[in-house]
Amino acid sequence: MPEASADIVRLDGAEKHFGAVRALAGVDFHVRAGECVGLVGHNGAGKSTLMHMVAGTLVPDSGQIAVRGVIEDNYSVPRAQQLGIRCVFQELSLCPNLSVAENTRINHPALSGFGWRRKAADLIAAKLDEIFPGHSISASDIASDLSIGRRQMVEVARAFTVTQDPLELVILDEPTSSLDAHTAGQLLAFVRRFVAAGRSCILISHLLGEVLGNADRIVVMRDGKVVASDAAKAFDRDRLVTTMGGAEAREKIAAEIATQKPEAGPLRVRARPARQEDGNELVAHAGEIIGLAGLAGHGQTDLLLAIFAAAARSKAGIEVTAPVALVAGDRQSDGIFPQWSIAQNIGIRSLARLRSGLLISPQREAELATFWQKKIGIRTPDMNNNIFSLSGGNQQKALFARALGSDAKIVLMDDPMRGVDIGTKLEVYDLVREEAGRGRTFLWYTTETEELDNCHQIYVFKNGRIVANLRRDELTEKKIIQSSFGDAA
Amino acid sequence: MTAAPVETGPRGSSERGKLARARLLRSLLPALSLVLVLLAIAWLNPRAISYFGFSLMLNLAIPIALATIAQMFVIAGNELDLSIGTFVGFVGCVTATWLKDAPLVGVVILLASIGVYALLGALIHLRNLPSIVVTLGMSFVWQGLAILTLPKPGGKAPDWLLSLMAFKPPLVPFPIIAALLIAAVVYFGLMRTSYGVILRGSGGNAAALERAGWSLLKTKIVLFALAGLFGVLSGMALIGITTSADANIGNGYTLLSIAGVILGGGEFVGGRVSPIGAVIGALTLALAASPLLTFMHIPPDWQVAANGAILIIVLAARVLISRRER
Repeated sequence: MPEASADIVRLDGAEKHFGAVRALAGVDFHVRAGECVGLVGHNGAGKSTLMHMVAGTLVPDSGQIAVRGVIEDNYSVPRAQQLGIRCVFQELSLCPNLSVAENTRINHPALSGFGWRRKAADLIAAKLDEIFPGHSISASDIASDLSIGRRQMVEVARAFTVTQDPLELVILDEPTSSLDAHTAGQLLAFVRRFVAAGRSCILISHLLGEVLGNADRIVVMRDGKVVASDAAKAFDRDRLVTTMGGAEAREKIAAEIATQKPEAGPLRVRARPARQEDGNELVAHAGEIIGLAGLAGHGQTDLLLAIFAAAARSKAGIEVTAPVALVAGDRQSDGIFPQWSIAQNIGIRSLARLRSGLLISPQREAELATFWQKKIGIRTPDMNNNIFSLSGGNQQKALFARALGSDAKIVLMDDPMRGVDIGTKLEVYDLVREEAGRGRTFLWYTTETEELDNCHQIYVFKNGRIVANLRRDELTEKKIIQSSFGDAA
Repeated sequence: MTAAPVETGPRGSSERGKLARARLLRSLLPALSLVLVLLAIAWLNPRAISYFGFSLMLNLAIPIALATIAQMFVIAGNELDLSIGTFVGFVGCVTATWLKDAPLVGVVILLASIGVYALLGALIHLRNLPSIVVTLGMSFVWQGLAILTLPKPGGKAPDWLLSLMAFKPPLVPFPIIAALLIAAVVYFGLMRTSYGVILRGSGGNAAALERAGWSLLKTKIVLFALAGLFGVLSGMALIGITTSADANIGNGYTLLSIAGVILGGGEFVGGRVSPIGAVIGALTLALAASPLLTFMHIPPDWQVAANGAILIIVLAARVLISRRER
């Protein structure tokens, strides 16, 4: 029977305002010992704000927080750590200039004194071995040398390391967004073991299957409120999507793609990966949506970048016949101009059209921005606000608007939907299909198999080579996994 | 354990090995440029490569190295100190007057000036001011204070300081020992200790540090206080060598120190600095500044320009290597 003291953490009536925006409207939330709570909701529903409060990085405007039944009046990050509450934030929070061991030290004031480097290195290496066997990360690697997936692995492992403070509750905010299916599976299996040992976990993920399959209880948030909280067994995908207020279902996409057989338009891209030894090559025509699949980091991004470069300066083995735009995957480091407004971030790819004389016309820039705000549904009171005033999903929409608002006939997408909520995803999928219908070509690298439903043709990559070429009707998850893991044909 | 690297993906251990090699190459670049300058000097004037020659040529390298280290602490926190040159001049004036005539007052003034540096760090953090503006303003304050302290060139260094700087150890010239000592102490403090990690992390990803519960105010204060401390050491060392002071004596140090940090492999943002590189960079600059150019029979009028040319060449080489790294 659940009693107050069995709660690791409990929030009552938590409220938070950011200026005029109400992020949380009186939320009651609790986590019991030995429980994995799945937290779902669209971007901007208030999940991250709520988690920041549990982790101590944000103080609620009103409401109270209790840990193990004791009300905490001066709750803060150090206090949360003392009580054994940790958080892996969505944005990567490693110091890029420090090694893996040194980054571990940052979370552990106890790692000091003589021999701390050795201790920190052993601590993180042991945890990485435990969660991600065969990870090939060394404690002396500098964080900026690691791929984004490996950085996320380090960050997750770091949250589970223990020194002097206890470990009771770990908040995982989109922990698998940069991991491939294999490592994501390793992590989720570890989470189950962790919970089975009596500890607690909050799992935030936009991959509903992940939450349904691993959480004991699911909490659904919408517009800053908790709208449902029930045992995971009581939910299925459809009920979750309905509760979240999600849009139409997946079948519609499949049906639409199946009926919408593109005519073989003019050739847009013909590219062969640098490491390709046989005759396989990627071919894309006008109006096609081409998927690039396979495990994360097996040459998909490299090929997209090579195509992007080839559009400006011709390159052997790659033929590009129209202007190109790229939607970056790592939006914080490769996509966004942090100092600029939303409108400026959208206009940067179309400066030639926005010019009047030698200067950029603010009026035309605003027109372009407003058009796309309406079309793609960027939720902001003013497009002249800084881009960071947007939630993650809306930032990504702005980057889509940048590419789609340009003259580019070919749009390269480098796993851009990573960490974006399902509502936004479905909106963007619709838009991509609509634009393809108008003759645009999309090359879409994705780590989420569901997204491949939108594609007409799928190329599977392994070790920098194309190992399989599947038509939409031949596509099954099994086939992709077989090609990703099997020997190169 | 590391004997058999397992290839698990395109960006596996071999790729990272390549990155690590490129970084090693880049960290060797400061030493390489120093060796080049030394070879040039040896070729132009073999007699300069001697105990006496090094003592003479590297004499002024000690204060430059100390000022470079001061600048490096500021750069490690993603800031820039444009006042370090006039601060060194101010410290020099205090050293040649108060520290000799009334040692206690002198010590109090110098400690207070370190305190002012710490306060500047706090001010920059709390008010979120650009450090360039604050320190540019402070550079005029220090200059003014230096002129008030010593309106005309003169004064005299305390005797203990003179004898310290004139110390002649056997076999290895004093400036080399001093440089090794400075590099070793700062390397240990910033690169090996557990709090040094926090200081560098504040330049790498301040938000992450704050989330982990560390005070960014404290790291900034500590970094600026360390800059003040090494600025004071630099000014004192300078007066120990020149024996008397002048309010303008350190003015060139601002840009020299920045160049030294960058020459030594540091970067303006991201907390990427190297104490050993910075000291080597300072030595290279000190040697290239005048001995090398004098031996090349370059007239003094052209020496500043030649100095700049050397800087451009070394930094260009660094950029080329960095490009290979990415």
